[in-house]
Amino acid sequence: MAKYVTQRIIYMIITLFLIASFTFFLMKIIPGTPFTKADKLSETQLAIMKEKYGLDDPVPVQYANYMMNLVKGDLGVSFQFDNVGVTEIIVKSFGPSAQLGFQAIIFGTIFGIILGVLAALKQNTWVDYGSTFIAVLGKSIPSFVFAGLMQYYLGVKLGWFPVAFWRGPEYTILPTIALAMFPLATAARFVRTEMIEVLESDYIVLAKAKGASWFDIAFKHALRNALIPVVTVLGPLVVSLMTGSLVIEKIFGIPGIGEQFVKSIQVNDYPVIMGTTLLFAALFVVVILIVDLLYGVIDPRIRLAGGKK
Amino acid sequence: MKKSKYLLLLSLSLVVSMFLAACGGGDKGKDDDKAADKGGKSAQEIRMLESTAIPAMDSVKASDTVSFTTMNNVMEGLYRLDPNQEVVPGMADGEPTVSDDGLTYTFKIRDAKWSNGDPVTANDFVYAWKKAMDPATASEYGPYMMEGKIKGAAEIIAAAAEKKDVDLNTLGVKALDEKTLEVALEKPIPYIKSLMAFPTFYPQNQKFVEEQGDKYAQKAENLIFNGPFVLSDWDGSTDSEWSYIKNKDYWDADTVKLEKVQWNVLKDPQAQANAFETGEVDITGKLSSDVVPQYEGDERLVKWLEPTLAWLKMNQKDNKALQNPDIRKAIAQAINKQDYVDGVLNNGSIVANYAVPNEFVKNEETGKDFRDINGNKLLPYNVDAAKKAWKKGLAALGTDTVELRYLTDDTETAKKTAEYIKSQLETNLKGIKISVESVPFSVRIDRQNKQDYDLQLALWGPDYLDPMTFSDLWVTGSGNNKMSYSNPKYDKLIKDAQTTLAQSPVERYKALAEAERILLEEDAAIAPIYQRSSNVLVSEKVKNFTYHLVGPEYSFKWTSVK
Repeated sequence: MAKYVTQRIIYMIITLFLIASFTFFLMKIIPGTPFTKADKLSETQLAIMKEKYGLDDPVPVQYANYMMNLVKGDLGVSFQFDNVGVTEIIVKSFGPSAQLGFQAIIFGTIFGIILGVLAALKQNTWVDYGSTFIAVLGKSIPSFVFAGLMQYYLGVKLGWFPVAFWRGPEYTILPTIALAMFPLATAARFVRTEMIEVLESDYIVLAKAKGASWFDIAFKHALRNALIPVVTVLGPLVVSLMTGSLVIEKIFGIPGIGEQFVKSIQVNDYPVIMGTTLLFAALFVVVILIVDLLYGVIDPRIRLAGGKK
Repeated sequence: MKKSKYLLLLSLSLVVSMFLAACGGGDKGKDDDKAADKGGKSAQEIRMLESTAIPAMDSVKASDTVSFTTMNNVMEGLYRLDPNQEVVPGMADGEPTVSDDGLTYTFKIRDAKWSNGDPVTANDFVYAWKKAMDPATASEYGPYMMEGKIKGAAEIIAAAAEKKDVDLNTLGVKALDEKTLEVALEKPIPYIKSLMAFPTFYPQNQKFVEEQGDKYAQKAENLIFNGPFVLSDWDGSTDSEWSYIKNKDYWDADTVKLEKVQWNVLKDPQAQANAFETGEVDITGKLSSDVVPQYEGDERLVKWLEPTLAWLKMNQKDNKALQNPDIRKAIAQAINKQDYVDGVLNNGSIVANYAVPNEFVKNEETGKDFRDINGNKLLPYNVDAAKKAWKKGLAALGTDTVELRYLTDDTETAKKTAEYIKSQLETNLKGIKISVESVPFSVRIDRQNKQDYDLQLALWGPDYLDPMTFSDLWVTGSGNNKMSYSNPKYDKLIKDAQTTLAQSPVERYKALAEAERILLEEDAAIAPIYQRSSNVLVSEKVKNFTYHLVGPEYSFKWTSVK
């Protein structure tokens, strides 16, 4: 087990190095400069600015410099904000996004699983159709539409929740629900399909024959096997939710990282592009490792090589 | 085996929760503060929305409206703009003395204090201006605002470009004594006071700035203020909430009624309107054109004409068709601008048949708007004239098809605009083919600088209150021309306005108006499309809401709650 994990971590570091390198060169292909007033600067002034920030060096030299600093843990300084370190931007804006994403994934998966299980148990009844309907809505309607509708009806019209901003737990409710619709729908659909299959398998028939209650059958015996595909899709989904959603952040005024990522690309803020990309990549590889480890926990049939020894 | 599985699950959940706790922990204290603020709301408080956080609070480094607006309220330069868009004295005490040639100004600095108790001195201006020109500062706006205006600035930039040693003492700004500032100009500048109201020319307290070093202007506590308010509760450029608190030591503190202005970042315009509806905020940011129609006729909708123009630039470099004035005239006159502002923009923007905006500047001698001279009729929409010019142009070129690339931004409005203009041109001009290229802003600017476009929709806003901020764009080889337009007659008129006519306002305006006529009527160098309008929602309880046309967007010095 330990050997397996160590090996995986070494691969993860290599992956991250490759991602950093690719991103760096791709990013340098984007035309334009990171200077916000480039339309008003004279050519001489632009040349002075480029020199000052080392942007006139050949790209391989810039790459070497960046990688050297990266190894030292220095992510550089943002262009958009005066003298603000990329690490500071990431630390400050990742918190709200991670919290929202985490809440959304917990809320979405729990309700998604419940919906999926109910739909499978009551196949082809109104419960099933209702749950499928919700799942289709959640999958097909973009989250910003939910966000906009909830903000208007639950925030403005009914006044139940704060309309926007980031000041405390009650301010996270609407954005969490809006973000949770997608994982909810995803989980519900996968769990339903898998459950139906699992419920027809021999060991469930045996459990029924032995007189186990429907609750035990559904949640103790069947659900565990039905969860494998859910874990596979939810792993990466966790990352994409925790790394922020541009539209949700815009609508609810959340100081999150999703916007930093998108905006940094639009304005050629090279250090922020690199910093956020690396963060997302690192989260992805870590989550994929966790997912692989979780398989073993959920399904004993999937065993790691080391486990038998 | 079973035990180890649970152990693994347990440790995984521990890792996740520790990680989240670490992320959330930093903001705890702040949330408490905010809650306290909400409870103790005083009567003279208004709540505002901004579309982005404050990128920079160092006056010589800032280059965006949000930063300029904040500085305009918590700091002060020699002059500031009042609710009537007139320039009024700030740190300047009385009228400056001007040398006969109009090249040397001597300003007296009034008795005013920084928020740490230090007096504001002439040296504070000298220090800040030199810092703005110092290549080590890498200011974008410093050189842009000073080159060709403040004596010595152009030489400093040239030296920096050649990587020679730079002597900042050659910059034309001197402290004659503690309270006397002498400014030497490159050429007479009739709009000098408006220029001095721009944040790049604000003072900085040398002692404080040097004490703070790298930390200067990074957070509210690393700043001192000399304006009507002090910035408070601002945790740096990533903070999405901040506030202005009344500055008791401000020299004109009696005029300031508001105790507090609370700011929040909320980008989505519809969400801004929603927050306004619930009473969470008193004034929204600028609304987008899909929100404006919902409030048409509502008394809370405040609308004004911005001096920002949108025009089609026609790049004459290596393009035979666009080098032909008839082809350019045809393009400029084939677009129905009225239908465009009514149907596509629908936010109060108006048709522009001019190259210097309406309701922007008045002649200081006669008090008449610059637009009174040429009106709104240069190069208007006229399909017959366009078709005639098109035919003539094609005959001269000896072809019957012209293919042009149309470069524009990748925003929603820009894309809709592109579709509209493409369809207008292709309907009205036989044989024209437009291919639209929507790109991000920084890419568009890069291609503009390389002159890699045929037609380009560009917007231009002013930096100071004078027609020159628009007129000098089109001079041969100007850094903003970037379409190879050149007409010696135009160049001469602009030169005259900058030199021989600089001190005779009426003649100067005439020269600038004639230049505008040549640019559009004779040469059709650009095709002006519209002048932009701003729309914000303002609660009925706000009195004297003050917006500006140049630089900073709002002032709260005169605003109060009814």
